[in-house]
Amino acid sequence: MKPRISKPPSAPLQYIDIIDERYGKLGYAPYRWALHTEPPPWVPLSKPLSECRLGLIASGGIYAAGQVAFHWKDDPSYRMIPMDIDSADLRTSHFAYDQTDARADINVVFPIDTLRRLTQEGVVGALTAHAFTFMGGIYSARRVREDMGPRITDALLEEGADAVLLVPV
Amino acid sequence: MSSALDITQAVNPPRAAFLDFPLGHTTGKPHDPELQRDILLDALKGFSAAVPGTVRMLPYRWDETEAWKTNESEKSDDRRDRHDTPQYQCEADRQLADASRR
Repeated sequence: MKPRISKPPSAPLQYIDIIDERYGKLGYAPYRWALHTEPPPWVPLSKPLSECRLGLIASGGIYAAGQVAFHWKDDPSYRMIPMDIDSADLRTSHFAYDQTDARADINVVFPIDTLRRLTQEGVVGALTAHAFTFMGGIYSARRVREDMGPRITDALLEEGADAVLLVPV
Repeated sequence: MSSALDITQAVNPPRAAFLDFPLGHTTGKPHDPELQRDILLDALKGFSAAVPGTVRMLPYRWDETEAWKTNESEKSDDRRDRHDTPQYQCEADRQLADASRR
């Protein structure tokens, strides 16, 4: 039997260059990308993940049916998604990615069923009562860092989060 | 999680897991719960990482050809307009939201 020769994986895309070029051609000034050269803040987990309560933050513009959807002009708001919600009740609202697959299966940008399964299996100890979602197409990183970020952090700490998974799009 | 390695490296978070999938698939492929579980299990191992700033390179490929990468780098601009009013996935959602607020 002939061996199956696979192509090696190709390099990850250089999104900073791609986006800079794309927007440069459209006449925009270059974007000031968030760049942190100092070491990141660091807290090791004090106990195994199987004993931790895990929070979830996602920026793919996920909202629940009945909630107000996001607008697309630097929306600074976030939604609280109950972590016992039926995933069929989740929606997306975002201008910067193709939402087709997220709308077919929300777990590709908001892994709620996956996390519930891993919690049931004991890989994760528990989940916070809510996940926190926003529409990540926000021009000002400073606004997120100084306003939305601390508010979501405080809310997750109030819900007893030991660790948080961030899922960007 | 990350689908954009260079952006994540610039941000330099405490821990990251990079999945080389098209944007909009940060945690997997639709209707593939086994792959979604493998991806997340792999990513969650990052919580035991000892070195701050480590980016785990997850070993999953979207498909054999990775043609999506060529398509992405050749796009000009396919974003939608930046509407400043709520953009619902469907009209029924808008009505539900309006009813909730009354």
